[in-house]
Amino acid sequence: MATGLGLESLVDQTISVITNDGRNIVVRHCVAYVANTGLETLYFADFLILFQGVLRGFDQATNLILDESHERVYSTKFAVDVKQDALEGVQQLVLGLYIIRGDNISVVGELDEDLDSNLDMSKLRAHPLKPVVH
Amino acid sequence: MLFFSYFKDMVGREVTVELKNDLAIRGTLHSVDQYLNIKLENTSVVDEDKYPHMRSVRNCFIRGSVVRYVQLPPDGVDIELLHDATRREARGG
Repeated sequence: MATGLGLESLVDQTISVITNDGRNIVVRHCVAYVANTGLETLYFADFLILFQGVLRGFDQATNLILDESHERVYSTKFAVDVKQDALEGVQQLVLGLYIIRGDNISVVGELDEDLDSNLDMSKLRAHPLKPVVH
Repeated sequence: MLFFSYFKDMVGREVTVELKNDLAIRGTLHSVDQYLNIKLENTSVVDEDKYPHMRSVRNCFIRGSVVRYVQLPPDGVDIELLHDATRREARGG
């Protein structure tokens, strides 16, 4: 029987991963983000992080090996209202080589590079995704 | 195995998959495996203004464990057939 047939076609492609526990990663990341921008307070829950990278490997439990990965941090309208000029719509941070455990993965999307380069990241705003509740 | 077979028969149909984080993704069912992982093509997020995170994604893989609902086309369900099949499987045959 075929196992994990869905991901074979995505190997060595750029992918976009939505994780189950966005919120936890968000908090950790935003602390770093605050430090970088010199802002005193930000609304941690108002951010969401997506992993993106090149899929190098996977297994039947959907554990993923991501190369050249980076996080995309979306700000919300609310956070932008607070500090109008200080925030970009989307921030990107380089992570490098990552292994993500399959338990934490919700969606693996094949990134269309053309569509992606046409996105105006400075204007993009997003609601935070809720964590997955099983 | 019953629903694995059932979803295999639905390949090529338009479905909406609602996830356990309330994200709903619409697309053409491309494939399904024994974990009920789902692969969709030509995807769009139902509330795209609210959730623009997948705007540059057209094909995606959804882990079976995070699926809450799969909304099917109305003519995609033969209730009598599914009834019989579930009862047969419950009897162990």
